[in-house]
Amino acid sequence: MKAHSAASRIRAVLLKEVIQMRRDRLTFAMIIGIPILQLVLFGYAINTDPKNLPTGVVMADPGPVARSIVAGMQTSGYFLIERGHTEAEARAGLTAGTLAFVVTVPAGFHSDLVRGQSPEIIVEADASDPTASANAIAALPEIVNRAIAASTQGPMSAANGAGAVRPEIIVHRHYNPERITAYNIVPGLIGTILTMTATLMTALALTREIERGTIENLLAMPLRPIEIMIGKIVPYIGLGFLQVGVILIAAYLLFSVPMEGSLTLLLSAVLLFIAANVTLGYTFSTLARSQLQAMQMTFFFFLPSILLSGFMFPFRGMPVWAQAIGQVLPLTHFLRAVRGVMLKGNDMFQTLPHLWPVTLFLLVIGTIALMRFRRTLD
Amino acid sequence: MNTNGETIIDVRGLTKRFGDKTAVDDVDLTVAKGEIVGFLGPNGSGKTTTIRLICGLLRPDGGEGTCLGHDIVREAEAIKRQVGYMTQRFSLYEDLTIRENLEFVARLYALPNVRQSVDETVEGLGLKSRQHQLAGTLSGGWKQRLALAACIMHKPRLLLLDEPTAGVDPKARREFWDEIHHLAEDGLTVLVSTHYMDEAERCHRVVYIAYGTIVARGTAEEIIESSGLGTFVVAGSGAAAAARALNGMPGVEQVAAFGQDIHVVGSHGPSLAESVHAVAERYPIHVAPGETTLEDVFIRLMSEAQVNENGR
Ligand SMILES: Nc1ncnc2c1ncn2[C@@H]1O[C@H](COP(=O)(O)OP(=O)(O)O)[C@@H](O)[C@H]1O
Ligand SMILES: [Mg+2]
Repeated sequence: MKAHSAASRIRAVLLKEVIQMRRDRLTFAMIIGIPILQLVLFGYAINTDPKNLPTGVVMADPGPVARSIVAGMQTSGYFLIERGHTEAEARAGLTAGTLAFVVTVPAGFHSDLVRGQSPEIIVEADASDPTASANAIAALPEIVNRAIAASTQGPMSAANGAGAVRPEIIVHRHYNPERITAYNIVPGLIGTILTMTATLMTALALTREIERGTIENLLAMPLRPIEIMIGKIVPYIGLGFLQVGVILIAAYLLFSVPMEGSLTLLLSAVLLFIAANVTLGYTFSTLARSQLQAMQMTFFFFLPSILLSGFMFPFRGMPVWAQAIGQVLPLTHFLRAVRGVMLKGNDMFQTLPHLWPVTLFLLVIGTIALMRFRRTLD
Repeated sequence: MNTNGETIIDVRGLTKRFGDKTAVDDVDLTVAKGEIVGFLGPNGSGKTTTIRLICGLLRPDGGEGTCLGHDIVREAEAIKRQVGYMTQRFSLYEDLTIRENLEFVARLYALPNVRQSVDETVEGLGLKSRQHQLAGTLSGGWKQRLALAACIMHKPRLLLLDEPTAGVDPKARREFWDEIHHLAEDGLTVLVSTHYMDEAERCHRVVYIAYGTIVARGTAEEIIESSGLGTFVVAGSGAAAAARALNGMPGVEQVAAFGQDIHVVGSHGPSLAESVHAVAERYPIHVAPGETTLEDVFIRLMSEAQVNENGR
């Protein structure tokens, strides 16, 4: 009987929230619109296929194959070859950003090739804009293969008999070792959108009642704090899943983002993460006096989440204090979990280490919310 | 009323401060089962605050007491289950329809059959034709009906109504009060705050609060009686001029217009009579002893309280 009436009260709040949510067309449109908008915006970034990237060539061995490779790079359209750099000049260009690549053909390249050893071509890339360099790098092996094929058949076939030998291309990515690639964007997008919207929506949950005066009626009725909390956050967990659904489907259809691991595992991580965020929002709601305050708290939380979670900057590249803050944020762990599941196909045991910090966060924040909830109008 | 003597509200020394302002100051209040008690007093005198203290919506800074046998501080949850509280400001959801609001409330009180309860309530209060209208688009009278419906649906034992008829037309007010009496006959207890004298007269008992302190209580007759006020009714073409002349004369404490007539009120009978008759000789008016009304008493209480408050 007791449990029945508690369930009935939770249901009351929950259904009420759903109706209000549905009726608030603008907010609802925003909730669905933001992920689509973001995806399309990022989608353009993903699809950009920049050409004519300035490339410095340090040619220590101006043999025919090397020249043929450089020529092939030029004709591929990706690389705009600038010759005549010394090694130091080329490095400086890369640092300054005037060069996107430095290609070094080491001394003895040609003789190694002729002797049947695999010489190295070193390609150093400015990966701080990884989407810019990714396609060019991807095109390199083919360029090299063709160059070698051409030189073995042509009149200058000095490397006859070395047809099976391939130079090894060694790519060094500078400045962004974790390099956010097209695929990395999607988990990040899920995480940041949920951090923003899920937190904000519930942050407004109680303050709206305070501002509209409906809190007086709500508190005058026999509701327990935990019942209000559950009734108010569950609908927004549903809404969060709707957003994730939109992102995942669009990511799959538009960009063929892979799904290496289990979808169930991914959705479990998502559930936990949404729960943490809506609970945080609800906690803000119990602390704030107005909707404006609640919104400010949300932004105050959003900023470090974006900057320190490893979404914007590689986590290991941050100073220790920033990493310490980052460790507390659910987004940090969620990103690791989701990248692992989606891109690396991690299983449950590999994912669990990233999930318990989120669970801990959820429990602590939820307890604060329940303790801070004001049962009276004082 | 008061047949078996059961006490529904019993609070003593209730005190509530907001900052350094004492909104409710040492208030004692008892209400017996089946009583309709009117709660009167000027704006800002502490009516709403007192009601909120009784139903556990505010924590008192001093005092103690029970409501429906439960401690108002420690057992607020138990009180909330059996009280229907109609707030001064409409505080149901304006973006929900009438029906959705009622369903919400029905589920909150875990009524066994939500649909049936809501159907009955909607029909009983004549809200059926508008049940799918958003509450925010309702006029004052309809909102008031909805709010009342919402707070009696779970069959509470005590109704706390905070200015329920403010801004409602006379016919709707009449119907509202008929309904209240109806409910009280079935044993429901009602504490209702109001500014309307006719409503005060429809209460079994009245409590008058000013500046957070209860300054009068009892039936209308008792309050009039104990005030010790006497009244003369002045009528005739010179009434307005006579009123000006009477102001400030010995024994004259209040001069107030009631339609064409002037009520002259004072607590010292002989000097009041002397002044009135002296003025009657100079102006074309006729003077007759009149009934002191509840309103006369309240106006008097209000100005007295003001003097006390300012004198502090
Ligand atoms: N939440 C509050 N915070 C500060 N002051 C308040 C609050 N509620 C009421 N008051 C003050 O307490 C006094 C009594 O208010 P109230 O109980 O609403 O009076 P009434 O209902 O009789 O008009 C008023 O002066 C009012 O300004
Ligand atoms: Mg009031």
